[in-house]
Amino acid sequence: MNIHIPTPLRAYTGGEPTVSVPGSTVGDALEQLTGAYPALRQHLYTGDGKLRSFVNIYLNDDDIRYLPAKDATPAKESDELTIIPSIAGGD
Amino acid sequence: MLKIGYAHYEALRAHGEETYPHECCGVLLGIASTDGNHVRELVRAGNTRTDSLHNRYNIAPEELVAIQRKARKLGFDIVGFYHSHPDHPAMWSSTDFAEAHWTGCSYVITSVEKGTAKVTNSFLLTGTGEEDKKFADEPVEIEMKESETAMQQRGTA
Repeated sequence: MNIHIPTPLRAYTGGEPTVSVPGSTVGDALEQLTGAYPALRQHLYTGDGKLRSFVNIYLNDDDIRYLPAKDATPAKESDELTIIPSIAGGD
Repeated sequence: MLKIGYAHYEALRAHGEETYPHECCGVLLGIASTDGNHVRELVRAGNTRTDSLHNRYNIAPEELVAIQRKARKLGFDIVGFYHSHPDHPAMWSSTDFAEAHWTGCSYVITSVEKGTAKVTNSFLLTGTGEEDKKFADEPVEIEMKESETAMQQRGTA
């Protein structure tokens, strides 16, 4: 499936905006991604392996944090994963 | 360097006036190149911080996913974001910095005083990640078409 990489993280995917990986679940696909691009891992996960709080990962239009099976959710070849850091602020 | 067309520049400032006294926010789509971030499209976004609209903004991640999808279709990338500071200087705040995660992107802030857009500044988020990120003052080049130059000259004559 295709994983869309946001602009700040493309420095760790050789500049690739979209990476195609195999995987039967969301977690599998993310493992394939960080296996192929190890430097990406620390920007997605904390030291104890949790997704960083400001990193959102969407399976098509669904935040994987709120899917019942979370990253064990089955995924098809035609699905798309999007990594999207949060945008917020204020004075 | 942030390079932005006059119409887009005026549109993001007008957005801040429209939402005053609340903060506005939006996304800059375009092309990142060695000489800077070139804005080609502006996308207004909703502010989900209904608990504190006057001094906080947040763009819903599902809206960002849709905006990123739109950017891909247009052949653009997300190159920056904008928001307003109602009755507050056009400088990044500690909240802006803590919540900034898009290194390489431009963060544009417009101060809106009593409903009128005043100063617009841009800050480039530099670094490789959370540990070494920094905001750097970023020059803004406003690109004007001939018709816009003529219009502005008539307006100031």
